[in-house]
Amino acid sequence: MNKLLTKERGRKMFLLGNEAIVRGAIEAGLAFGATYPGTPSSEISANLFEISQESDLYFEYSTNEKVALEVAAAAANSGVRSMAIMKHVGLNVAADALMTLAYVGVKAGMVVLSADDPFMFSSQNEQDNRYYGKLSGLPVLEPSTIEEAKEMIKYAFDLSEKLQEPVLFRTTTRINHSTGIVTLGDIAPPKTSGDFTKDPFNYVTVPAVSRNLHIKLLKHWDEARSIAEGSPYNFIEACPGNSLAGGKGPYGIICNGVSYGYVRDAVKDLDIEGKVRILRIGFSNPMPGALIKDFLKGCEKVLVAEEGEPYMEEAVKAFAQEAGLTLPITGKGEEEFSRLFEFDPAGVRKVIARYFNVPYEPVAVPDLSDVPEVPSRPPNLCAGCSHRATFYIVKQAAEGMDTIFPTDIGCYTLGVLPPLSMADFLICMGSSVSTSCGFSKVTKKKVISFIGDSTFFHSGIPGLINAVFNNHNFTLFILDNGTTAMTGHQPNPGVDTSLLNLTGYGRVSIEDMVRAAGVKEVTVIQPYKVKKSIEAVKKALEFQGVSVVISKEMCTLYAKGLKLQSKRRYQVGSKCKNHRDCINLLACPAFYLSEGRVQIDAAQCTGCSVCAQICPENAITPIKD
Amino acid sequence: MNTTRLVIVAVGGQGNLLASSVLGEAALLSDISVRMSEIHGMAQRGGVVESAMLFGDARSYVISDGEADVLVGFEPSETLRALKKCNRNTIVITNLHPLPPFTVAIGKGVYPDLDELQATIRAKAAGLVAIDAVKLARQAGNELSVNMVLLGALIRTGKLPIKAETVKEAIRSRSKQAFVESNISAFDLGYGAAQ
Repeated sequence: MNKLLTKERGRKMFLLGNEAIVRGAIEAGLAFGATYPGTPSSEISANLFEISQESDLYFEYSTNEKVALEVAAAAANSGVRSMAIMKHVGLNVAADALMTLAYVGVKAGMVVLSADDPFMFSSQNEQDNRYYGKLSGLPVLEPSTIEEAKEMIKYAFDLSEKLQEPVLFRTTTRINHSTGIVTLGDIAPPKTSGDFTKDPFNYVTVPAVSRNLHIKLLKHWDEARSIAEGSPYNFIEACPGNSLAGGKGPYGIICNGVSYGYVRDAVKDLDIEGKVRILRIGFSNPMPGALIKDFLKGCEKVLVAEEGEPYMEEAVKAFAQEAGLTLPITGKGEEEFSRLFEFDPAGVRKVIARYFNVPYEPVAVPDLSDVPEVPSRPPNLCAGCSHRATFYIVKQAAEGMDTIFPTDIGCYTLGVLPPLSMADFLICMGSSVSTSCGFSKVTKKKVISFIGDSTFFHSGIPGLINAVFNNHNFTLFILDNGTTAMTGHQPNPGVDTSLLNLTGYGRVSIEDMVRAAGVKEVTVIQPYKVKKSIEAVKKALEFQGVSVVISKEMCTLYAKGLKLQSKRRYQVGSKCKNHRDCINLLACPAFYLSEGRVQIDAAQCTGCSVCAQICPENAITPIKD
Repeated sequence: MNTTRLVIVAVGGQGNLLASSVLGEAALLSDISVRMSEIHGMAQRGGVVESAMLFGDARSYVISDGEADVLVGFEPSETLRALKKCNRNTIVITNLHPLPPFTVAIGKGVYPDLDELQATIRAKAAGLVAIDAVKLARQAGNELSVNMVLLGALIRTGKLPIKAETVKEAIRSRSKQAFVESNISAFDLGYGAAQ
């Protein structure tokens, strides 16, 4: 049984933020979930998927975030508590649905979880999704700790039901991927089936209906604002709730999310607890204007500590203006907090000390200028990764061509690193295909783009249809490794679910899909067969128009997990003349140099045999048992 | 209570996450408040895994540069790289068994000299415990128990407010049944080696 289904009320567990969120949702009676996997939210989905196989919970990996949000929205409008989970950039994909779902609203509680990623540990940007609350008019909740995240999810479902609107639950990586002690509560029995009552003049968003729905949304927004004023998640320190009794002193700090922890630690470390009042905002859209004005009135000077954009700072300044207050308020600035990256305790302590003129001596960091340089340890495609083989094949087949390589989001983005260097342009999920259209139209270069199987289903298909319709000229490689590898091997519509002992799933063939889109030149290669693949790819590259090559080989890490990896291991024999094509062209991490000779680490080798096929001396051979 | 700040650095696959979850469990059993954060730099694809653990009253989940009380490095060059987390009062524990990054393995980088590496750490921090954790792990009967060896060494320093017995209890509850015995023995060997 998944440990998050433990019934023992009051038991304390050491849980990952994402696990605490799942537990909170289960305690709230979550009955329906949908996601497209994305770090840092992935463990939420992984746990819900597992739980769905052990309970009445319905959970699905949808083809993309927009689909996930719409799937969940229908459930919520049929009276079933639902949740859509995604990373921050996933909400961009789902934004079209979100904006008008806010007009339509929900019947049962619906939580839309957006996992933001300040510092971009695993993302292409660090956008601040609190603005989606403002843009859509939906309430936004942001936890500061792991234990709070669990409780706040339950509050989010109740709030959603009360307002009849979905609620945005915004986390950051440091909540998702931190671990803390959580006390378990009771699990509410989920209501797993619902009914939809027809009401087209409230549900079908033609202009005449939407005009009324916008009026309704603004009413809900007013109601949300008054709830935010008294929410237990917006509090002045030392006194949860909205009373002004707690905290005293002339300095005010307004904070949210993980910065609340940094502020609390800094105030203690700087020994200014008696001088500082803290306003923690956990319910951040609509902002609690009356509470903020009351807070400002008791302060001489206010600092706003928030990662990302000056979202609260701008609101606080506007409230000060309304209240006729002229006290200094600051947050982002050259001497204050940055809009870049994430905060850390020392950085927050420094800004607080400077702004409030508190004497502060930072910890002496040792001078490391004389420490020898440590060789870098960049991530690399795994030993035996089929993407490495495909990149090598394309490189050989396209030799002499002037190329552009638009790429996409997945493990294969690591192809950007030398010696492969097979990535020239990337914006977002699916952009490889559509940018290929533009590049091929305005340049004379041969455009060769790469997209993974899951990303192709997510948002590559419209670009491909566009390419056929508008008669573009490029070659698209669909790297079909049979799983969504990057985020932890989640299934996607092309996956053989029987390998995972899952039943009741359909399967979509990528090849059929591509042919149905009207692509005339479709080639399927097995990238571990190097020579044959190079010949096939050459032909595909010569084609004028849209050609697609499906490179089909299971992710080796996934194969290992399923015990499907080749058992054969390779070694470098005496025929080796040290050309080092294997190291210089493939750079598989199973290679190492020993006394100037190339060797293969049998513990890392996966038996793909690609190096054996490209060795000019045929010096790489299988190890005989 | 005061806060003790621990940074653990490792290479993907070295069992850093199990080690930190054992410590978290032990803190829970000891009724000590604990917070932890992890950054996985694509661990499965050869990257670095870093955990920050804060025992005590702190409300932060991360540790700033220069603010670790203890640094445990599962791989010597990674210990050196993480030295920026230390100050003059930091105790450093490192495994001495190198796992050279791929760049070094293919001759495109130089791995630091181990004696020089230890001398550098000693000069910058308050103390260094350096052990060949792989050797001890093999001695314990499981080469993968490097994490438990280093946990033993860590507890022996007395820098964490957690008793060895409690950590062993957590090891028993967190390890797969087949590895309980070798993990406990690895812990004991690490504890013994860190005098």
